[in-house]
Amino acid sequence: MQVGIGLPTTTPGADRGLLLEWARAADLGPFSTLGVFDRLLYDSYDPLISLTAAAAVTERVRLATTILTGPLYNTALLAKATASLDALSGGRLVVGLAVGARESDYTAAGIEHRTRGTRLSEQLAALRSHWEEGTIGPKVTPRSTQAGPLLLTGGMSDQAFVRAARYANGYIHGGGPPHAFSNAAQKARAAWTDAGRPDKLLLWGMAYYALGDEAVETGARYLKDYYAFTGPFAEKIASGLLTTPQAVAQFVRGYQEAGCDELILFPTVSHISQLKRLADVVG
Amino acid sequence: MKILILGGGPAGLYSGLLLKKANSSHDITVIERNPADATYGWGIVFSDRTLTSLREADYRSYKDITDHFVLWDAIDVLYRGTVIRSGGHVFAGMSRKVLLQVLQRRCSEVGVRMEFGCEVNDVSKLQNCDLLIAADGVNSVVRAAHSSVFQPSVSMGKAKFVWLGATRAFDSFTYIFSENEHGLFQVHAYPFDGETSTFIVECSEEVWRAAGLDTATESDTIAYCETLFADALRGGRLLPNRSLWINFPTVRNKTWKHNNIVLLGDAAHTAHFTIGSGTKLAMEDAIALANAFEQHKEVEAALNEYELARRPVVEALQRVADDSRTYFENTRRYLGFEPMQFAFQLLTRSGKITYNDLRLRDSHFMDAMDRWFWKRIVQASPCTTAVLVTPPPLFAPFRLRGLTLSNRAVLRATSSCLAVDGLPKEQHREQLVKLAQGGSAMVLTEIAAVSAEGRITPGCAGMYRSEHRDAWKQIVDTIHASSDTKVAIQLGHAGRRGSTRPRWEGLDRPLREGNWPLISASPIPYSASVQVPREMDERDMAKVREDFARAAQMAVQAGFDLLQLEFAHGYLLASFLSPLTNRRTDEYGGSMENRLRFPLEVFDAVQAVWPDGKPVSVAISATDWVRGGMDLDGAVLIAQAFKEHRCDLITVLAGQTTVDAKPSYGPGFLTAMSDRIRNEAQIPTMAGGHLTLTDQINTVIAASRADLCIMDISV
Repeated sequence: MQVGIGLPTTTPGADRGLLLEWARAADLGPFSTLGVFDRLLYDSYDPLISLTAAAAVTERVRLATTILTGPLYNTALLAKATASLDALSGGRLVVGLAVGARESDYTAAGIEHRTRGTRLSEQLAALRSHWEEGTIGPKVTPRSTQAGPLLLTGGMSDQAFVRAARYANGYIHGGGPPHAFSNAAQKARAAWTDAGRPDKLLLWGMAYYALGDEAVETGARYLKDYYAFTGPFAEKIASGLLTTPQAVAQFVRGYQEAGCDELILFPTVSHISQLKRLADVVG
Repeated sequence: MKILILGGGPAGLYSGLLLKKANSSHDITVIERNPADATYGWGIVFSDRTLTSLREADYRSYKDITDHFVLWDAIDVLYRGTVIRSGGHVFAGMSRKVLLQVLQRRCSEVGVRMEFGCEVNDVSKLQNCDLLIAADGVNSVVRAAHSSVFQPSVSMGKAKFVWLGATRAFDSFTYIFSENEHGLFQVHAYPFDGETSTFIVECSEEVWRAAGLDTATESDTIAYCETLFADALRGGRLLPNRSLWINFPTVRNKTWKHNNIVLLGDAAHTAHFTIGSGTKLAMEDAIALANAFEQHKEVEAALNEYELARRPVVEALQRVADDSRTYFENTRRYLGFEPMQFAFQLLTRSGKITYNDLRLRDSHFMDAMDRWFWKRIVQASPCTTAVLVTPPPLFAPFRLRGLTLSNRAVLRATSSCLAVDGLPKEQHREQLVKLAQGGSAMVLTEIAAVSAEGRITPGCAGMYRSEHRDAWKQIVDTIHASSDTKVAIQLGHAGRRGSTRPRWEGLDRPLREGNWPLISASPIPYSASVQVPREMDERDMAKVREDFARAAQMAVQAGFDLLQLEFAHGYLLASFLSPLTNRRTDEYGGSMENRLRFPLEVFDAVQAVWPDGKPVSVAISATDWVRGGMDLDGAVLIAQAFKEHRCDLITVLAGQTTVDAKPSYGPGFLTAMSDRIRNEAQIPTMAGGHLTLTDQINTVIAASRADLCIMDISV
């Protein structure tokens, strides 16, 4: 299992200096991937633009959207943006998509909420075609298993697992203890086998961390704010914050045993020391 | 805080007690419409885990409860004149009336005010408080007053039941199944003190009407039941207590809180009595509420915490209770079972308790179960000698016509999409040979197309040229030479899902070039991005029948042990079966009989060339997972039809008939479907559903929910 790190695009106080320094530091290792969130109505940076900035200052680390709220985007324009980012990063893009959790984002973007599932399915199908055909340029870098970036779907509904099996290369879980990931992974595997996919199902997961006494309270406060829209659930998410090297190591082991291929750990405090602390644990 | 509690049942009293204990400065009043000593109902049940929670929450009431309760650890199933007992299930029962007395006493002791005989119909009178706990039961007036916020939904069970008492103290949790001229009645009974038991009688609505119980008085009902259950009651009488025949309401709410109001107990949620204990849930709610107030001073935060903690636990229990309720609504299906297996089915009905769990609770019972299964299922006739040392059901052999399978596990190959012009290559050989060494009784190939245009992708294997037959024969011979493993081939025609790219590029994506024309029952494309198929005419049908027959002929020559026809997942034959894909107006479309016509013609054509001694199976989608599509009722009819045509086995799959199916992928997601088809259509079934553990297989096989299980263990 590989371990990636989130880019702090949604944590308070993150500025240009931090984001570029963070990307460069992540590129030096030991992280496999940089992940970003997509949240329209929140003080945060646009995910594709953030990854593009990171692409310009890195050479090795993969760049992943974990996840983009697909239906908010015009599909053809999204195809162009992702193809461009893939080319400009030298073939390091991974595209994770889902319907997202917030109706308010749909309202702000002027996109119908009710039909988001159908839209996402159409989008997943169309993106792969666009990348293959290259009519919406530039040409994507071919990988060994497919033309263009890896495509992952997220979400907890059964439809999310079906979408992974029909259209994508894998499934990305939205966070939780190892047994929660394991339950979702089982369903994803069931859908994959049922669909008769001959290739391997990729399973990604994510979690939040804040290392160091002074960081824990800040991190928890950020999570409660970010997830305030979920009501009582925000507390639950905040209580899952990984706050010690032992907790991180145990968590990583748990996910590994559950068959996770890639785990992205997201910072909750906008300070470069958070990356260094995690690198010490993971490296 | 000033706290008003509406409802003096377990939820109301216990929450009052715990909140007052936590902070004696709280001003707490419980308002109850009945007098202090009145109650309906008889006994209540606790599990050992609940008792531990009660001990920690309030030791004094726990002590009183344990002084008054009855403990037992057996479950008895009375069926067809026999009693099957299994142990290791720990329960405690007590009188509801005594429990309320215990809680009332404790409330008095700590200074909780209780007002009895006080009915509140206007909830606006309850505004003047910091916290209003609505513990006023299933028909909560508080909930009703704010239903737009709580958004309750109540789903009614199909069966009728009546809650009686019995003057016989059973010594176990007892299930009684009794049939008379009106139909099947079932009893759920358990002791709650030294002399009395709860005695719940349940039956379907038709049976209820047939027996005249819909117009019966309370004493009529008592007389009827005393006669029917005279044996089990052994001279004991049945006791009413305002008992009426009702359907079980499963109550759910979108939220349990509104400003300073919180729903507790039955007002918030109910779960079928065969699994859920309303009292247990109520008291656990009270504990959670008290804990929440210990962590948060603010009412809103505390109520958030309460719902956050309780909701997942309650919802999980409600799901299990739903499965259990469904089981008891369908027990007629299992009346052909022998008592031992009938009991095992019952004990494992909800999916929560497995073969291994029961073995831990009572190994003697499970050894007896293993022996019974081996003797009854494996040996054709009742055996005179007792077989003492037997393997678990997974390893019981299975006969299908002249074929004997050495165990109940099947491993299946996934198409690599690497065949060339239908010819299986080295990868196919390797995969199957490897699977055949995996220890399962049989391996199942991927779908082999009966014609070039019947392939799903250009990389699909086929069985339409002599080279194909020779290549398959080589694989079959290799496997037969090195083990006892049987080899089954699946034959199919892609129909409107043909002419697509290899599946590592995704499903149902049209080829960039080299597309071939598609045929189907009706000219409806699988999705917007693929071609419209041609509606089959008589010539197309004749060709498909011939292609299947020829492929079956080749399968004989290649030496396959079992032939499976792929009539599921929206491929060609499936497109005839489902009303979503078959809009024909000739004799091949419309009614179920018509939609079955062509699939049965193909089946008969295959049977005509397939040897008598070898079995044939058909794979069907038991449900389309789409409203208006094929469902389980239809699947049972289809299975019966194939059975009449001498089909030996139905392989149960689901979905993929159309792109907009809404599937459900929990573990063993096909098991319940297989159970229904097997036991209603009375035909052997094979089921997958992402089964990966031998415990799952043993549980399925021992309960005869399927006869063979496809295992999805990754190599």
